[in-house]
Parts: sequence; C-alpha cells; structure tokens
Amino acid sequence: MSSSADSSSWPLWEVFIRGSRGLSHVHAGSLHAPDATMAIRNARDLYTRRNEGTSVWVVPAEAIMASDPDSKGGYFESAQGKSYRHATYYTQSEGVKHL
Amino acid sequence: MSFASHDSATRQSQGEAITAEEIAASGATADEATARYALILGDDALMLSQRLGAWVSRAPELEEDVALANIALDLLGHARFLLTYAGTAWGKSEDDLAYFREEEEFRSCRLVEQENGDFGKTIARQLIFSFYQHELYSRLVDSTDATLAAIAAKALKEVDYHQDHAAQWVLRLGLGTEESSRRMQSGLDSVWSYVEELFTDVEPIAELGDVAVLPSALRESTLNRLHQVIEDAGLGVPDMSGAHGADRSGRHSEQRGFILAEMQVLARRHPGATW
Repeated sequence: MSSSADSSSWPLWEVFIRGSRGLSHVHAGSLHAPDATMAIRNARDLYTRRNEGTSVWVVPAEAIMASDPDSKGGYFESAQGKSYRHATYYTQSEGVKHL
Repeated sequence: MSFASHDSATRQSQGEAITAEEIAASGATADEATARYALILGDDALMLSQRLGAWVSRAPELEEDVALANIALDLLGHARFLLTYAGTAWGKSEDDLAYFREEEEFRSCRLVEQENGDFGKTIARQLIFSFYQHELYSRLVDSTDATLAAIAAKALKEVDYHQDHAAQWVLRLGLGTEESSRRMQSGLDSVWSYVEELFTDVEPIAELGDVAVLPSALRESTLNRLHQVIEDAGLGVPDMSGAHGADRSGRHSEQRGFILAEMQVLARRHPGATW
C-alpha cells in the first residue's frame, strides 16, 4: 500500500464509504492527507463525487493490523476438506419438510 | 449467496442536478438587465475555473490536484448555467459568450483573474472568492427570477465545500511553519486590494431589485467571516484600500487577455468544432 516511507510526505489513510443506510462501510481506497480532517475532505473529492455515499470513514493506514498474505493457507484454506462444516454435506432426512 | 453488496461503494448516480442543456431547453428567457447580471456572475466563475485548471498536475500533492480540479469543474458548471441563461437574451449560446467575446466585453472582477502565484496566493484568492460567493448565492436562492434561484441553489451546495476547503488550508498554512505562515500572509496581501470590487454596486444590478443581490449588501457579512478565519489562522487582515477602477467595466484587465488567449484559441481556430 504505502509506496514510500518518506517522512516528508503526508501519511496514508484508508477510506471506507457507506453506500446507503443499512449497509456497512465498504473499503473504497486509500489516499494521503496531512490530518484526519483533510483526509475526510480528500476522500470526498476522490471517492464520493458521483453521489456514492451517505457516510465516509477514514482510518490511518498504520492503525490497521492486517493478516499476513503469506499465511493465506493457514487462515483461509483450513476449511477445505472439511465438508462436514457445511449444511449441504448432510443428507436431508426423509419426511422432514421445510428444512 | 454472497454477502458482498451489489450496492457498490462506487455506484454512480446523477443526483438531482440541473444542467446547462435543461436551462437552454426550459424556454426561460432573460431580459436584458438580468442577462447582463448573469454575465457578471458567469464571467467570475469562468475566469476562476480557468485559473484553477492550471493547477492540475501542479498542486503540492495528487489529492490537492483533484480537490482544485473539482472546484474548477464546479465553477465551470456555474459558468455554463449562467452564460447559457444570459445568452437567451441575445440568442447566443454559452460557447458564443465564452469563446467569441472580446477581452473588454467580459465583466469578471479582477480578483478571479489574478495569477495563481504560489499555493498560498491561490488559497488566499479561493478564500476570499468562495466566502463572497457563498454569501451571494445564499441570498440569490430567494431571487424572484426562478432560473437564477435554481442556479444559486445548485451552486450553493458546491460553494459550501469550496469555502470549507479554502478555510481549512488557510488555518493549516497560517498555523503551520514559519514559512507557510509567511507565504499565506503574503498571498492575502497580494490579492486583498481586489476585495473591494466584489462589493461595488455596478449597473445593472441596482435596477434589478429582488432579481439580484446588491453587492454592497454582502460586504459586512463577508468581511466579518473572512476576518474571523484570518485571525483564527494567526494571520493579519491586510490594511489596504481597494484598487482603483473597481467597476467591472472591462477596462482594467492586465491578466484577462492572457487567460482568454489560452481559453479561446482552440474554439477560434476551429469554429464550430465539437469534441
């Protein structure tokens, strides 16, 4: 994400936009801004100029702890081969309606 | 079944925008005085839009590039509405008025024609003009001319953001480093003599009554709000009188010719071209 660690450039912020009421905020992208107030302004210019949102969040990118991309297997594939975890694994009992 | 929403975060919709085409098609026709008033407002927006456009790819950061470009496009939109409406009085299109009028036929104020200078000067110009425009449009929404009222209502929401953007930067530059504060102050000093022109009651505005907003009526509230931001930013309000020739007559326009030369060259070299 951050292309450089140059201390003279503005910090990186992650932008989350809620499309409409009832939905959750969705990650829209990232941007640079000197502070949180300006990050909200920049987010408005970069990501909401076409009537997209009802709410914008910005989060300092460095505040986000992310899963390790190299550990993808351990995190996300462990359920493979464990089909008994899925309801479709089980045969529907005869005579049980509306299951 | 996916939990991913089909209501994407980057969904596009047009919103409830009026367009220049709708104004042209509405059949509303401006009378001579109203048209000349719309021309004053439209020329201000057009000139500043052209000036701000020069920041694209030159702003301090990419994000600021986009912010200034967005403001420039908002202003271009206002100019299109106003010139389209003005043109109904003379059977001219927005392009006729933007590209095929001579330097002395424009009625823009000198503030918006000032050269960009550094970022501090551009922000100083933005602060003054957006605060003035916000006061203006927040009153013009009550114009007895339905088209002007609709244009003002549309523009007001955008100018609301323009003035916030400018004020945020004035605060940051004013309260930033010694150098940023010095340059912000120098920016204010370099354009302040053009403030007074904004509040000059040139004709035909006075005779338009409730159709227009009298510039002098905006003076106190605009200046009060400007003074507040400038003081909050730890800067000084420049102490200077208005530059002479504040009459929007088209006579005093050192920089206007250069702006127009750049803006009009393509349309004049290829009349009627579309792209």
